[in-house]
Amino acid sequence: MLSLLLLLLSLPPALALECSKDHQDGYQVRLSIKTALGDQAYDWNESELFLFKATIAFAMRKYTKNETYDVSNIVVCNETPRVSFWFIVVNPENPTLAITKTRVEEAVRVSRNRINNAFLLTDKTLEFLGIPPTLATPVTPATPPWLIVFGVVIGAVCAGIVALLISSFVRGKRANKAKEFAEEDDQAKGADKGISGETFEDRNGVYNQAFSDDDRFTQL
Amino acid sequence: MKLKLPNPGLDDRIPSHADLEKLEVEEADSRPKWDNKTQYMLTCVGFCVGLGNVWRFPYLCQSHGGGAFMIPFLILLVLEGIPLLHLEFAIGQRLRSGSVGVWGAIHPCLAGVGVASMMVSFMVGMYYNTIIAWVMWYFFNSFQDPLPWSQCPLNENMTGVVSECAGSSSVDYFWYRETLNTSASIEDSGGLQWWIVLSLVCAWAVLYVCCIRGIETTGKAVYVTSTLPYVVLTIFLIRGLTLKGSTSGIVFLFTPKLEELMDPKTWLDAGAQVFYSFSLAFGGLISFSSYNSVHNNCEQDAVIISVINGFTSVYAAIVIYSIIGFRATATFDACLNGNILALLNAFDLPEGSISESNYDETFSRLNGTSPDVIQGLNLATCDLQTFLSQGVEGTGLAFIVFTEAITKMPVSPLWAVLFFIMLFCLGLSTMFGSIEGCVVPLQDLNIFPKRWPKEALTGVVCLVSFGLALIFAQGSGNYWLALFDGFAGSVPLLIIAFCEMMAVSYIYGIDRFNEDIEFMIGHKPNIFWQVTWRVISPLLVFLIFVFYLATTATQELTYITWNPEYDDFPNLETRFYPQWMYAIIFILAGVPALMIPFVAVYKLIQIYCYGTKDNAYDTKSSVSSVSAKVQLSEIRT
Repeated sequence: MLSLLLLLLSLPPALALECSKDHQDGYQVRLSIKTALGDQAYDWNESELFLFKATIAFAMRKYTKNETYDVSNIVVCNETPRVSFWFIVVNPENPTLAITKTRVEEAVRVSRNRINNAFLLTDKTLEFLGIPPTLATPVTPATPPWLIVFGVVIGAVCAGIVALLISSFVRGKRANKAKEFAEEDDQAKGADKGISGETFEDRNGVYNQAFSDDDRFTQL
Repeated sequence: MKLKLPNPGLDDRIPSHADLEKLEVEEADSRPKWDNKTQYMLTCVGFCVGLGNVWRFPYLCQSHGGGAFMIPFLILLVLEGIPLLHLEFAIGQRLRSGSVGVWGAIHPCLAGVGVASMMVSFMVGMYYNTIIAWVMWYFFNSFQDPLPWSQCPLNENMTGVVSECAGSSSVDYFWYRETLNTSASIEDSGGLQWWIVLSLVCAWAVLYVCCIRGIETTGKAVYVTSTLPYVVLTIFLIRGLTLKGSTSGIVFLFTPKLEELMDPKTWLDAGAQVFYSFSLAFGGLISFSSYNSVHNNCEQDAVIISVINGFTSVYAAIVIYSIIGFRATATFDACLNGNILALLNAFDLPEGSISESNYDETFSRLNGTSPDVIQGLNLATCDLQTFLSQGVEGTGLAFIVFTEAITKMPVSPLWAVLFFIMLFCLGLSTMFGSIEGCVVPLQDLNIFPKRWPKEALTGVVCLVSFGLALIFAQGSGNYWLALFDGFAGSVPLLIIAFCEMMAVSYIYGIDRFNEDIEFMIGHKPNIFWQVTWRVISPLLVFLIFVFYLATTATQELTYITWNPEYDDFPNLETRFYPQWMYAIIFILAGVPALMIPFVAVYKLIQIYCYGTKDNAYDTKSSVSSVSAKVQLSEIRT
């Protein structure tokens, strides 16, 4: 009876330690080293796996703040040539107990950046299937950049409009003044031109005092 | 022998050859003048070369048999484009007036042709400048790295991207959501989008500052706006040819499919493209030509500008398709790599075991051993030809396809800035002609007081156009613009052009026109011009008009919308126009065209009931006396 009980007690821990695909507390990891690094890709070997275990242990330590996780607490299985495998984190005090999925997920999310950088990879090339990546908040400047460019353009255009309108106005006034002078001189020298038979290049010509007042009233 | 309708009083309405010589010698004309020939040529080239050369011609070329499309295009360029262009130049230079003045001088009842031109110029100008406003919006947004349309924005809880963006693409999302904020149907107005209103203000302000004194200011502006697009196209050509996959785009563009020549739609599209590309019947070209000296060689100008326009279309097509080829190749590579990754993940094969070269054989081997797994993967079909033929036209090409291609190039903001400056210049130089076609008839019709300076008139036109163009700044603005583009800028122009040719050949008289040209340039136009002006070009325009009406009347009036709730999203949903839209379509297409008979009838009534003579030219005095016939300014005593 007692031996049976001992047998029964020893069974569950043996089962718990067994890492398998689709374990309820396990995560599948997939690395795409060649895609990320191209020519500078490193080979995946035992040492790299050791580093991986160490980073996960670090992540658990950081998340839990006091519990001392060790590489032996990270159980890995089902390695494929793709470079993908499953891992389970077990409790350091009780190696038969696995840490729940959600805790592992949270721990990994907190230290995701550190884990990625240890392998020179990114969220896309070091995938934890089931853990969505924490996307970095985009930098939003205080003023949208387009508003600045818009301001510059509209300022230049408004300055142009004002300058052109003012110059038109000034030009118009000047033309009006010139026309007034020209009309007066024209009326004064009307007879002069006709009698002398010359066409002066300069409209003002020579002012002949003798006919100045008369011609203003004798017109065709 | 030649058919000519009776036209009494024509000599009273137009300046005679002697008058023209006097004007030429004395320079007593109060009309504005070009500073030099270059300004005139650049302005005309700028007016003719527009956004259509960049985003309509390449698409037509590629969809109608590539290199084979050149044949109908070139034939129709010679038979339709050049004669019409020469006609407009010659009549403007001879009669020295804007469109209303010219047609009114030929016969008072024809003033409606000028009025129709003015209305079409106004409506087309309204929506064309909205496209420029969109270009400016993209230009403003190009001064940042990474470009805002290169990545999807994140959703609220920062776990992924916005669903609408994830379902389509970042460029689609930026265009439909962040630029247009488009509603799902034309009835749903969506309210004014303030950033588009600001861009519209900017576009109209820039146009105003360039057109403020008429050709005095536009003549300076065209030195930049007409030449910069060529510089940018060349830069893009060099950049494009150095990118991977560009040659496949060019090859795809020019691969001739001679059987397309049998399809009448190819010829119809070629004819329509030549016609619209030359910006004929807007009245702008007549106006520009009227500022020339009387003995300017308009025949040579017409040929040169037609050649430049044709060349620009082909050149732009090469550039656009080299970039499209690059984009298609990049998309194809991404698609293939996505499939390869899916296969590697599913079968846990080491990286690099499947590459592009052995993809097909590996795929067939795996499909043979485990077809159900392959089924479950939902691999996309990656076909380069499909990606190449995704070459879109219109705003889709500029704001979606090309912007996506730019994000894949290194130093993207630079290319984006260059591209949008080019589009801006192309559009702006066309707008100059549009404004000219609007403002000068308004002056001729004496709608505003004569003492109003040109600046005020241009300002009023710009302000009113801006106010009405706010329709396009709504959420549904994109659909309204497509409506305007489809109906306001198509049918009326064909009718006006047909009337123009009939008027010159048969009401003004082809004999008189030939003599005028002989007086202006020194020799009579040869048999080519005679045949094309009197028979071929009107016939071609008429055929295009009939085919166009037939196709529009038979098809149902639908439009495509961006609807995130659509089942087949991100494909565009086809919807029917609401019933009240038919009234709007009638106003857009019918009213300018109906102006011609309406004004004709009105003038007829005016002449026969009130007996008033409408002397468009004789502005010096309306008193019938000796002094009316002799120039008053000559008399001193």
